[in-house]
Amino acid sequence: MIVSPPRTHADLIPQLSHQRRRRERRRLQIVAALAALLIAGGVLTLMVGQSTTPLHVVLRVLSGEDVPGASFTVGTLRLPRMTLAVLAGLSFGLGGAACQTLLRNPLASPDIIGITAGSGAAAVLGIVMLQWSGAAISVLAIVGGLGTALLIHALAWRDGLSGARLILIGIGIAAMLNSVTAYVLLQAPAWSLQEALRWLTGSVNGARLGQALPLLTALLTFGSLLLVRSRDIDALRLGDDKAAALGVRLGAVRLQVIIGIVGLISTATAAVGPIAFVSFLAGPIAAWIVGPGRPVLVPAALVGAVLVLGGDYAGQFLLPNRYPVGVVTGALGGPYLLYLIVRMNRTGRVA
Amino acid sequence: MTAILHIRRVAIGRPGWLALALAALCLTAVLSVTVGTRAVGWDDIGAALTGGTETIGQAAVALRLPRTALAALAGAALGLAGAVMQGVTRNPLADPGLLGVNAGAALAVVIAIAYFGIDTLGAYVWAGIGGAGAASCFVYAVGSLGRGGATPLKLTLAGAATSIAAGSCVTAVILGRNDIAGAVQSWQVGGVGGATFTGVIPMLPFLLVGLVVGLLSARHLNMLALGDETASAFGVRVPLARGAALVSAVLLCGVTTAICGPIGFVGLIVPHLCRLLVGVDHRWLLPLSAVTGAALLIAADVLGRVIARPAEVDVGIVTAFIGAPVFIWIVRRRQVRDL
Repeated sequence: MIVSPPRTHADLIPQLSHQRRRRERRRLQIVAALAALLIAGGVLTLMVGQSTTPLHVVLRVLSGEDVPGASFTVGTLRLPRMTLAVLAGLSFGLGGAACQTLLRNPLASPDIIGITAGSGAAAVLGIVMLQWSGAAISVLAIVGGLGTALLIHALAWRDGLSGARLILIGIGIAAMLNSVTAYVLLQAPAWSLQEALRWLTGSVNGARLGQALPLLTALLTFGSLLLVRSRDIDALRLGDDKAAALGVRLGAVRLQVIIGIVGLISTATAAVGPIAFVSFLAGPIAAWIVGPGRPVLVPAALVGAVLVLGGDYAGQFLLPNRYPVGVVTGALGGPYLLYLIVRMNRTGRVA
Repeated sequence: MTAILHIRRVAIGRPGWLALALAALCLTAVLSVTVGTRAVGWDDIGAALTGGTETIGQAAVALRLPRTALAALAGAALGLAGAVMQGVTRNPLADPGLLGVNAGAALAVVIAIAYFGIDTLGAYVWAGIGGAGAASCFVYAVGSLGRGGATPLKLTLAGAATSIAAGSCVTAVILGRNDIAGAVQSWQVGGVGGATFTGVIPMLPFLLVGLVVGLLSARHLNMLALGDETASAFGVRVPLARGAALVSAVLLCGVTTAICGPIGFVGLIVPHLCRLLVGVDHRWLLPLSAVTGAALLIAADVLGRVIARPAEVDVGIVTAFIGAPVFIWIVRRRQVRDL
């Protein structure tokens, strides 16, 4: 592209502000399109399942009317499942993208560096050993996730934080915590495969609307914490020094962002289990959609929700068996991780 | 630290360390037979060793004998396989569990059970070896594509990705088959409980071949450690030497995983420990790794039996708890550039 060199700064300002307005408009268009896709997907999963319910009946059920038959299929079976999938997907996508941005590495997502494994192990311990339930489990999962994050951070710190070391240590910690989960599940008195699979791969089977409340609360609190800080998070992508030069208070922002990430990921894990690879995939997919160098947090949250919703639908109805959503997203994520490694080979650096 | 170890190395010497490791193996084996979930008196142990199974105590000890043998064989196989893999890939983080070899073997065994109706241990072993071989080729190929060759970080990530993908596939296979789910689930954790002598026998020929080929490749591994070009200048046929060593590692891991389930971290920590004791000469490192691996796995099994009485903790979980901190220590000790 050939641009004639601007003569003065005064010439540059209208040009820049025009470009910025255009970029902002395009970003809003993309977010709107993703939101529309998510809403369409949500409505579709309410309408179509083993049987098909017409749209006007769905709307009547949603408005609180008692429709024989449809009230059960839509109100009791499909609505909680859809709500939980969307909320968990938003949390995983937002938390994952924030984590990848904070550590400046697409491999450093919470499910690879062990935060998800920590929350999952804490939740399983609470459910099986302490027989807790509800919000207590969410709190326990957050404590577990936060402890894991701090532990990995402390262990990876040696004259500064290196991405490669953090990822490797995270993989080691995750292996240890996953074996805790597997052991506790083997000890569980009422051994049910479906329940166990939720904690091994993540699933929204048997969702109840009551489970959505802690998830929604966490999404509003921790999600807004991240979104308020989204400008600082974007600045962090330039590197610590440049971000500091732009006026970002590094220590405070980093702490707030870590709390936000752990809160989102842990609550979602406590509700639906560690749905494989959603927090890992959502950020890169969103970055690919909006283009390089653009803010990804909101698009990533929407992409995460679309992934979980679509993965759950595919696992239920499009495949020969009924699979939990984590199996579907796990099958998607493995090849992408391998692609990243291959690309890392070509560019010769860590992702 | 290194200075102290160096002095000790001179004082005790390599044969001394090997003798010490053998003594540790004997000690843990005795512990494994005498200590367990049920406390058994010496009379019963003596009677059980001569074939008696009249009392509950004697029967318990009779169950512990094959279990000890299996733990020793599996530990030796994993320790040796880890040392060979670290030598071949010149990669300090090589471990059959981390590199996805165990996950590949697990997937192959589960597929064999679910779709081909295979239910004999001998057939499990073949499936396990096939899966381990396919997974290790795949991980190594992905990890070494392009610039820089197979760095530890790339190999570990490729292994983690392969493990997760294989795990998803295992779940997908089990879900369709509720009848085999329970058996596969407990096998997936990795344990030596419930071993019988007839169950151990199908392993033996494969283990023997793997052990012999692995130990014989020691001299070539020493040469390969100098770099491929130097090794070929010394007259080593590099692809052949590397291939033979990898085949032995795959045989050992595949067989062990097929019988015991995936057991991680033994292959990682044992060679590192042994390298501290006898240095980098593979002619000493490989046998010592095998003996130490056997002692470690038996010890982990005993620990798992007593730590949560009256329940048992599977040995795969115990090794993960011992191994992950060591893994982190290795990662921290090295410069990031090396990773």
